[in-house]
Amino acid sequence: METLQFAYDNISLIGSRALEHISIVAVAVSIAVLTGVPIGLAITQSKRAADLVLYLASMLITVPSIALFGLMIPLLSPLGYGIGYVPAVIAVILYSQLPIIRNTYTAIADVDPALREAGIGMGMSPLQRLRQVEIPLAIPVIMAGIRTAVVMNIGVTAIAAYIGAGGLGTFISRGISQTDPRQLITGAVAVSILAIVVDLSLAFVQKLLTPKGLATGVAA
Amino acid sequence: MIRLENLTKVFGMPGSGITAVDRVSFDLPAGEICVLLGPSGCGKTTTMKMINRLIEPTSGKIFIDGKDVTHIDPIQLRRSIGYVIQQIGLFPNKTVADNICVVPDLLGWDRRKSRARAAELLEMVGLQPDLFMKRYPKELSGGQQQRVGVLRALAADPPVMLMDEPFGAIDPINREVIQDEFLRMQKTLRKTVIFVSHDLDEAVKMADKIAIFRAGRLEQFASPEHLLSNPATPFIDTFLGSDRSLKLLRLVQVADAMLTAAIVRPGDPVARARELMHNNGQPAIVMLNGEGRPSGIVAASRINGQESAGRGSTAEGRCREVAEPVRVTVPVKADLRSAVALMFTHDMPVIPCVDEDGKLQGVLTYRSIVKSLANSKIAA
Repeated sequence: METLQFAYDNISLIGSRALEHISIVAVAVSIAVLTGVPIGLAITQSKRAADLVLYLASMLITVPSIALFGLMIPLLSPLGYGIGYVPAVIAVILYSQLPIIRNTYTAIADVDPALREAGIGMGMSPLQRLRQVEIPLAIPVIMAGIRTAVVMNIGVTAIAAYIGAGGLGTFISRGISQTDPRQLITGAVAVSILAIVVDLSLAFVQKLLTPKGLATGVAA
Repeated sequence: MIRLENLTKVFGMPGSGITAVDRVSFDLPAGEICVLLGPSGCGKTTTMKMINRLIEPTSGKIFIDGKDVTHIDPIQLRRSIGYVIQQIGLFPNKTVADNICVVPDLLGWDRRKSRARAAELLEMVGLQPDLFMKRYPKELSGGQQQRVGVLRALAADPPVMLMDEPFGAIDPINREVIQDEFLRMQKTLRKTVIFVSHDLDEAVKMADKIAIFRAGRLEQFASPEHLLSNPATPFIDTFLGSDRSLKLLRLVQVADAMLTAAIVRPGDPVARARELMHNNGQPAIVMLNGEGRPSGIVAASRINGQESAGRGSTAEGRCREVAEPVRVTVPVKADLRSAVALMFTHDMPVIPCVDEDGKLQGVLTYRSIVKSLANSKIAA
């Protein structure tokens, strides 16, 4: 009850922190899509490059987020961005690479070779094939990768409160330091709800983007 | 139209690699279908793929309409050649209309013109345009997909088509239907077609020329009739199988093998029928009604049997009394294979051959069939 009362009293604060939270994840994942998708497409050209890139991206994701934030303080401090919004966005960009690159690569590599052959045999250039055939067919899988990145990084961003990035994690960190379960629970529940709502919205976007002729989207 | 000169493909390092295609040469006239035939791994698909430069030859030349294909930009070249693959390869994200119009769209045709063309093509294979244009490939049956695959290759009206086992993935019944459909279209379209197949029956049916491959070499390049009656090497003889003369049956029309029919009228005496049989050596005589249609068969076995049974009086009766009903006739436009099948199924030593109105044009006997096969060997 106390927690509900707390949440009710601070509803506008929850709203503004949720917006901060979303802004970090949205900006970072958008940048990650702009880097990850082209990388995923590029590495379909070479098995060795693909193995190397996917290996590096997997290593990145094993670094605990709190350690990554810690590492960035000395690296970014000389530029004046040791803590706050910028390192949080950078961390999320890095964590998003694996699901986005991996899904893009897998989706393109899994396009039926017969379709590729038909495209080449009819005189499509590699770019025409990519645009008309391979990317449309890969969209459900790429979108699934983006959803994974977003949901995962809503969690990562909660921890970014410790480096002063704001967001819903602030409730959690204050709840812990002030031993105030009301703030702690409010923050945790809000992060969970945010993750669920965003995932469902993206599932809807995925459905819209999936070409009509394809079977229902593929899970990640 | 399509000329190969010493075409050779070596995969791997020259000298130590695998020779997939070994000095293949042939010259295919415009408007003909050439089936590349042979066991798997014989180089037929590799040969075909060198024509639109999906595979680059190690040596040798390919000319289409006198132009060396290596002097044409591969992408432009492929857009000017229809291409059908066994797995069909329709793009699942595109509608039937958009699939058919892939090459016209690549060539920058006016959209209205290309869509009208797609509708016209769909009509040609009996798929209603207003029903099918907007459908997606997964909403089509296998046979319909295969038809759309062929239409897609025809869309930009290329003079040359390459077809890689195009009907291989379809059940036998639908395959026959689509083959017939394609042959009907080919009568008006007159495309120059390279058609890869491993099915001899299909090759005999579709081909103007058959090119038989073995281990990368062209063993024989000839018309199906010539190939079946004069196999050039022991390998081809084995490949064609011991039933190759049966396959030849498919290539001969009933009209070319039938004999002039000796006929009787229902009122003629049986003695007349016996006399005719005696004269022309046929095992039965067709009885005609007033409209010129077969109304019965007077068989030697029947009247002779009656004689030996001592019932001379019946044997001296009228033909209508001894005639058996006509169980089956064969159209003069059918091929000999179906005629023979009918003769076997209905146990008919003589089968009447009729025109579209059912009027008698001639008869087929086992002996006339054997004779016409022998003749086609001499002719070929």
